[in-house]
Amino acid sequence: MSKQVLLVGTRKGAWKIESDANRSQWKIAGPMHLGAVVSHYVADPRRPGVELMSVGSGHLGPSVYMSKDYGETWAEASKPPAFSPEPNGSNRSVDHVFWLTPGHASEPDVWYAGTSPQGLFRSSDGGDTWDEVLGFNHHPDFLQWRGGDKDGTPDGPKLHSVIVDHSDKAHLLVGMSSGGIFESFDEGKTWAPLNSGVAMDFYPPKEDGSEYEFGHDPHCLVMHPVHANRLYHQNHCGLYAMDRAQGKRWSRIGDNMPREVGDIGFPIVVHPRDPERIWVFPMDGSGQWPRTSPGGKPAVFHSRDGGASFERQANGFPAEQAWWTVKRQCMALDQEPTVGLYVGTTNGQLWGSSDEGASWHGIAMDLPQIFSIEVGRLP
Amino acid sequence: MIRVFLPSQLDDYTEGAREQSFALQAPPEGSLTLKDVIEALEMRFRGLAFRVVDEHGNIRRHIAMFVGETMVRDLSAPVNPDSRVQIVGALSGG
Repeated sequence: MSKQVLLVGTRKGAWKIESDANRSQWKIAGPMHLGAVVSHYVADPRRPGVELMSVGSGHLGPSVYMSKDYGETWAEASKPPAFSPEPNGSNRSVDHVFWLTPGHASEPDVWYAGTSPQGLFRSSDGGDTWDEVLGFNHHPDFLQWRGGDKDGTPDGPKLHSVIVDHSDKAHLLVGMSSGGIFESFDEGKTWAPLNSGVAMDFYPPKEDGSEYEFGHDPHCLVMHPVHANRLYHQNHCGLYAMDRAQGKRWSRIGDNMPREVGDIGFPIVVHPRDPERIWVFPMDGSGQWPRTSPGGKPAVFHSRDGGASFERQANGFPAEQAWWTVKRQCMALDQEPTVGLYVGTTNGQLWGSSDEGASWHGIAMDLPQIFSIEVGRLP
Repeated sequence: MIRVFLPSQLDDYTEGAREQSFALQAPPEGSLTLKDVIEALEMRFRGLAFRVVDEHGNIRRHIAMFVGETMVRDLSAPVNPDSRVQIVGALSGG
């Protein structure tokens, strides 16, 4: 086993938390950008020491910061993501940069960003300057895809889960809350929806019985890092899987979750080597949509068979009266032979498991509300 | 001189300076506006303008700007060569 470092973005700044070789003792370092809203804090897998952070504020406009020395020093993007006037005449402005994704391994200076409201941006210089992916943001159907103000999530509509296919740099996927999942095979020039089979309970059924092509609310989308055909996504309306080798239709694997728990939630992660193994953290999406742990009993659910069955993993979590939940960027795993799992909660707790979810222990219990967790790199 | 008073939220740009002065002259045809002041600030503190004004030239929702004692919501607001301009983090921002 080796040491791990977690990059933690919160409502009030960012922290780094480093483990010993056993992943049992952790040391907290920070804060960085105290007071800033850090929606995402990501290490570059291609360039050792490079990290990017989306930095927002209760008052100021959005920005992106870059580090080349493992977060010791930071420089601000000289041209942060910003919208140009849309062909339809609307003038949206970026409220915050919600998501950051490193580009393909063959393009070490490329990054992608997803914003709120929904927009896709690309940087070709390591995050210093950002341009719109106009094939997406100015697509003739984009206004229909993203919907109106009532179609957004409570803290603003978002573009998230930007995925670059490791086997094909031209193959991109994104999720929009709301809007749905969209896919490009030409590096973002053209796009098509990828939502077949996904429920949309917040819209009336179509009278002709057909499905909506877009307008869905995916919360988090993942592609297996080795087996690129295997996709999973946690949606506002259930938990889904797709094998692109079998077609382009999502299958609701959430039907195999315990009925009393349901299959609503935000995060999903997939095992780094085994595409059958996933973990989710369900939340209560019943009644008034409290968005808490179901019944106040937090638990991870793990499938070893691609979602055909699930097992509850809650050993170490509070057994009852714990009403926190886990947002979409707040679940991560490391690459160790026995995978370590990490969840960050809405009440500022960071929990870890060094045995693939079988047991959990508190790593940091008094951080601000956690918005993102990523496993970083050590010098 | 135009005196500009800055909020703590911009300390990272100004290294903590809360007041700046600018000698700005009105163009031959026209008059000085708040936009000229923001551009002068940007020249001095690169990156500051985008944090207080969005990509379409609108003052950000949780930023308030005053010329004298008057709150203004538009960068076209006129200023004089001896105006006092204040930028504040609005209470609405938390």
